[in-house]
Amino acid sequence: MAVTDTSHPDYFHKVVDCQWACPAHTDVPEYIRLIAQGRFTDAYLVNRRSNVFPGILGRVCDRPCEPACRRGRVEEKPVAICRLKRVAADHKDEFRDRLPPIPTQKNGKKIACIGAGCASLTVANDLMPLGYEVTIFEQFAIAGGLMRTNIPSFRLPGPVIDEEVAAIVDMGVDLRLGHRIESMRKLLEEEGFDAVFVGSGAPKGKELNLPGRQEGAANIHIGITWLESIAFEHVKSVGETVLIIGVGNTAMDCCRSSLRLGAKSVKVMARKPRQFFKASEWELEDAEAESVEIVINRSPKCFVIEGGKLKGMLFDVMEYEVDAQGRITGERVTAEEFLPADDVILAIGQENAFPWIERDLGIEFDKWEVPKVDAVTHESTRPGVFFGGDAAFGPKNIIWSVEHGHQAAISIHQYCQGKPASERMAPGVNLQSRKMGMHEWSYNNDYSGIERRLVPHVSLKERFKNIDIEVELGFTAEQVVAEVQRCLNCDVQTVFDAKLCIECDACIDICPVDCLTMTPDGVEADLRTRLKAPATNVTQALYVSEPLKHTGRVMVKDEDVCVHCGLCAERCPTAAWDMQKSWVKWPHAIDQEVAR
Amino acid sequence: MTYIPKPKIAHPSLPRNELGLTRRDYEGSLSTLCAGCGHDSITAAIIEASWGISLRPENLVKLSGIGCSSKTTAYFVGGAHGFNSVHGRMPSIAMGANAANRDLYYIGISGDGDSLSIGLGQFCHAIRRNTDMLYIIENNGVYGLTKGQFSASADIGTKAKKGEVNQQPPIDPVLLAMNLGAGFVARSFSGDKAQLVPLIQAGLEYPGFALIDVLSPCVTFNDHEGSTKSYQYTREHYEPAVAADYVPFQREIKTDYGAGEAVPVMLHDGSRVLLRKLTEGYDPTDAHAAYDSVQQHIARGEYLTGLLHCRSTTDTEFHALNRSPDQPLNGVPFGKLVPGAKALEKVLARYR
Repeated sequence: MAVTDTSHPDYFHKVVDCQWACPAHTDVPEYIRLIAQGRFTDAYLVNRRSNVFPGILGRVCDRPCEPACRRGRVEEKPVAICRLKRVAADHKDEFRDRLPPIPTQKNGKKIACIGAGCASLTVANDLMPLGYEVTIFEQFAIAGGLMRTNIPSFRLPGPVIDEEVAAIVDMGVDLRLGHRIESMRKLLEEEGFDAVFVGSGAPKGKELNLPGRQEGAANIHIGITWLESIAFEHVKSVGETVLIIGVGNTAMDCCRSSLRLGAKSVKVMARKPRQFFKASEWELEDAEAESVEIVINRSPKCFVIEGGKLKGMLFDVMEYEVDAQGRITGERVTAEEFLPADDVILAIGQENAFPWIERDLGIEFDKWEVPKVDAVTHESTRPGVFFGGDAAFGPKNIIWSVEHGHQAAISIHQYCQGKPASERMAPGVNLQSRKMGMHEWSYNNDYSGIERRLVPHVSLKERFKNIDIEVELGFTAEQVVAEVQRCLNCDVQTVFDAKLCIECDACIDICPVDCLTMTPDGVEADLRTRLKAPATNVTQALYVSEPLKHTGRVMVKDEDVCVHCGLCAERCPTAAWDMQKSWVKWPHAIDQEVAR
Repeated sequence: MTYIPKPKIAHPSLPRNELGLTRRDYEGSLSTLCAGCGHDSITAAIIEASWGISLRPENLVKLSGIGCSSKTTAYFVGGAHGFNSVHGRMPSIAMGANAANRDLYYIGISGDGDSLSIGLGQFCHAIRRNTDMLYIIENNGVYGLTKGQFSASADIGTKAKKGEVNQQPPIDPVLLAMNLGAGFVARSFSGDKAQLVPLIQAGLEYPGFALIDVLSPCVTFNDHEGSTKSYQYTREHYEPAVAADYVPFQREIKTDYGAGEAVPVMLHDGSRVLLRKLTEGYDPTDAHAAYDSVQQHIARGEYLTGLLHCRSTTDTEFHALNRSPDQPLNGVPFGKLVPGAKALEKVLARYR
């Protein structure tokens, strides 16, 4: 195999599975170590650099990092990364004085952002320190976008949003609340902005046009619109029996909101079996803990109306054939079932909608009415107009929107400097030894066998009293101390220098998870089978050294289940192995500016 | 050494042996030897070998004397019995234990100092008596524990770390053992587990005295240029002559070797050691030819390795020769084992 090029920025980045999985590439192990040291503000700032909203994301992030976490491969449960992020946010001190200063002398460029959600706010966060004048237009009287209107306050309290939004708005953003953009043409032609960023989200809930939909309209609600009405207190009650159609994360918010508005029986109706659910496992768990019933294999057939009023819904009972790969290969209806309902909430998806963008402005849309947007630069087909967040590629999640904001900010900066948006600073990686003495490392290298801590919740008795009661309480101090030790420090890399190796086998003998092998070189497929423990996770690259000087064999490391205990480096008599912290440099607009 | 013990976490696909144990279940306590010591690799090979033949930890007895090597019995098979004896006296303890209980596996770990200097007499007599044990010499050519003086196995011309040249001739444990009639004589290298692990398995199962002289570089005092027992020198002057595979009784020999290349040597229970000649014309069953060949290689400054000599010695094994009872002493009823004063009177009366 070719010798592994560890200077390639992706190689060690991929070893830090959580950071690699995070759309914004948050340096997770670094902030967990800072929390371990009680440096909450520092931990918050490490987060904020990448994900901008640590307090919000520490509660409601989709957490792509956790399924990726290496801990989940060596034992059952990953590190509670998301909950630790909240710890940093809850316990931080004043941090605003440590954000990049905002120049009083502006650079003369004016940027408009449409929608005060996470994408637009990120663009403002990245561009304000560079001297831009950013204006955010928001249709509602309050900023926060879908974070505010679609996530119930028992999961994400308003004050948490207020604080993190204010940190950006107070940079001097011109936030125009209650200002809905009705015409893109007017904005482009009359307002004099140098660039426009569209971060208006995916505000249109999908409709379910079945018989009875019109007649029962008073008691049939579109999920995200309904949640929005709850957030603005337009809706304060719901019937006793509620059916939720759909089983994504919005459905979970709808069913739990129903319980708080007075529903006694709430059923979530799923067309398919559980393995096909879109909702995150933990959101399903939280809903089920509140006695929400999730009914599988029920396909909606029609709304049942009696005397002009909704009585319930009729479902087809489905049966599926699933093949060995877990794909559905056949389906059939086995029966019909009526379920009574006072209210039905449709949570079957959402899409972006741009009735306010005239189609003759040079902003092209595809046949599904989705704008044509460059996946890297976020440019539309009209120069100076950029899209990000759910508005760009359809509904994803907050953390993706934040990363879109970062990337769009780079493009806007390039555009305003008259440079192509495709000219972007490449990611980089820095390595720094963690060796302090003979057997001393500046990180806690011992493996802790502690199991994942469970976040305490408000009791089932208390939590329904008010819709604003945050259910999750956050970790206790004791839980934090335990949970931080579960992190495997995957960013402290095992770095090998073949020239120093005397092939004594010490590292191979001591490795607790059989990561290392010295063997004659071969092609990758062959090499993977010849290792001390077969390397079956082909998504994780093998670390192959240069030929060793005594025998010409190569040192091969399978990174897959390395616990970064550093024993290979401790046992190495010649320091051929060293433990080095990898700093992944994922550039933002400010880095692009500094590099100029 | 390391400052933290090897974490208990293991690779998710770690295989289990017939007893349901993983390799990790055969580990011992934290090694305090220097990082990179060859002895630690031998320890790892013993762990691998014991796991591979599904040895019950409680059926193993680990014995040692004094020295770096002799510390290592603490580092493998934590569930086994152990005895750390006086310097050079491990063979006597092994003999006594084996005489009392022939049902257990005995593994003696010694070094070139423990066996070739202070314990040379004990070593020779253990071979002479054909004690049923595996005797491993972790041979590094220096006294590591006392900071690197030449040992009795140091070659003429080898250099100490500070530059002195050794002028006294070495004692070679392999030649000595063959001379004294040992039936299982092997040499190996700590850096070659592919060779060492099957040798240890065969040696544990061999009915009689089995010697493995393992070249085990001292990373602190004898791994420099000019040393004839460094990692580099050993690798450059290393010639495998015979590979040995232990084949348990139940298992069929799968011959993927050409006919005539593989020679089986039967062990007491129908198990076999399968010898594969790697050097043309080398016959490990012919003691004289093997002796000559080893000597010639030594003269050229080369290490001939593998199971250099192997023949069945079942009839001269200690218990066979002495016609001792099958029953271990701990299984003999107390009344029979200690018949009392009256029985003693009777015995004494015979001599009056």
